[in-house]
Amino acid sequence: MAQDVWVNIETLRGEVTEISYTMLAAGKAIAKGLGGSLRAVLLGGNVKGLAGKLGAADSVTVVDHPALADFNPDAHLLALTDLAKKGAPRAFLFGQTASGTDLACGLAAKFGFPVASPCRTFKVEGGEILFEAVTCGGKIIADGKLPGPTGVAIVMPGGYKPEEAMVGGSPKVDEASPESDLGAARTRFRAYIEPDTSDVDISKIPILISVGRGIGQKENIDAAKELAAALGGEVSSSRPIVDQGWLPTSRLVGKSGKSVKPKLYLALGISGSPEHMEGLPSWETLVAINTDQKAPIYDVATFGAAVDVLELIPKLTEKVKAAKG
Amino acid sequence: MNIAVPIKFVPDLVEEMEIDSSTGKLDRTFMRLVPNELDEHALEQALILKERHGGTVAVITLDTGDVDEALFTAVAKGADRAIKIAGEGYAEGVTSHACADLLAEALKDGSFDLILAGTQAVDDLDGSVGALLAAKLGIPYVGYATKVVEAGGKVVATKEYPGGLLAEIEVSTPAVIGIQAAEKPPRYVVTSLVMDAMKKAKIDEAEGAAAGLEGAAEITGMRPPEAGKGAEMIDGDANAVAEKLVGILKEKGVL
Repeated sequence: MAQDVWVNIETLRGEVTEISYTMLAAGKAIAKGLGGSLRAVLLGGNVKGLAGKLGAADSVTVVDHPALADFNPDAHLLALTDLAKKGAPRAFLFGQTASGTDLACGLAAKFGFPVASPCRTFKVEGGEILFEAVTCGGKIIADGKLPGPTGVAIVMPGGYKPEEAMVGGSPKVDEASPESDLGAARTRFRAYIEPDTSDVDISKIPILISVGRGIGQKENIDAAKELAAALGGEVSSSRPIVDQGWLPTSRLVGKSGKSVKPKLYLALGISGSPEHMEGLPSWETLVAINTDQKAPIYDVATFGAAVDVLELIPKLTEKVKAAKG
Repeated sequence: MNIAVPIKFVPDLVEEMEIDSSTGKLDRTFMRLVPNELDEHALEQALILKERHGGTVAVITLDTGDVDEALFTAVAKGADRAIKIAGEGYAEGVTSHACADLLAEALKDGSFDLILAGTQAVDDLDGSVGALLAAKLGIPYVGYATKVVEAGGKVVATKEYPGGLLAEIEVSTPAVIGIQAAEKPPRYVVTSLVMDAMKKAKIDEAEGAAAGLEGAAEITGMRPPEAGKGAEMIDGDANAVAEKLVGILKEKGVL
């Protein structure tokens, strides 16, 4: 167990989420380097059937309990604590997500396990687990070591292809029952609130004019809308715009919003933080306009121009209209 | 409810980031530190709760240098109390673990029903302060919240999942809630009110232990990201850029 890797499998409404597969791919690489085995830890209600989708792991530990049916932070933490008490692995991976981050720090602090976050890639050298973490909005990469005997790593997407771990198979399945009284959990899942589906679905729009903090103020979004209309596209945005209430959540591209694969993504005043880029798995043409020449978005964009978006938008709208006749 | 809001000071991402070649870490000599944006949302959510249900709001921060203005700004916005913990090594940067340890020490007397913290900070490398703080205080934690309401002696946090899906989670107090965004954008306060707070309010100062590195994975070095192929940059003024972009859009079949 000392060289094993565990992955906290996340599910949402009965489906294994993509980050779980990213972590299985990462975990497989670490386990191979250490000469240990890879265990998927699957908590939920009536989830045993999902074990067959976790063929990338050598074994799956299933904790099935009605209190774990929907993510309930304190109940999940109790169940994980019970497992870790029986023997903890060399590395335990959690997703940099709404459920993973609730659990990783809580479990680590209970046992005194060190934590590394948000890790993108790992390698094993001389028996040590090295990680690469992305910080400061993607402007800085930190290299580090995950100390033993047990270390917790919070994993972001981008370093491993989830598809590589989406393999079926028949991993060895152990069932564990929680020893703690999950009914004593101090948190309780009440209900889901469904997303608003009355707006356009930006994941289906091929031309997106996306605005970020650089747009300055709410009034300027009208100009971006006019440009989108001229191009036959729609307006989308990064997080600060939605947090300001300038556009509804349905227009959000990124980790907590929609994932889009547009033909054209015109990023106006968007720096390209890791959270935003999570919502952009692919594109045909990405044009970035940002006065900060060191904005991380320029590393990946097809074209870029360090001009003021407010000066550019009306000129571009005018020329697009003229070109369309 | 009595609410505490920890504020973490983080590098201002608008500024240029330099790596100190002798230490391999961020060069903090001229670094501008600003309050973590999500902590500002946590403060806003705390003020909304106070307005709705009564109670008090206290802001608490480690003295990493030049923190007073932000504390007075919080008071001007409606916080009742501002606490600053001073100690050795804070200005050189404090890990999330050390920050949580120091905050736990300051908040362990149990006079707070609720702690609202940003769900993450832009410079976290060893987990987030709020989640660690909850574990150290032995109280529950729910992160990624975009709304918090009081209900029958408990709180209900609205937790955010991808794609706009939300979940309501009921939480017993005392608890720590990690805030992703407040119900409303953080309020703006005019300078004159901040000046007023500076004259009238007092910052409570406490001494903290030296900041250690326990609990954080070891960082061996930092570097700028490897430049990818990089964007093909278009030179010229806005007019010239617009002209060239139209050409590109035609070529790509968008126009």
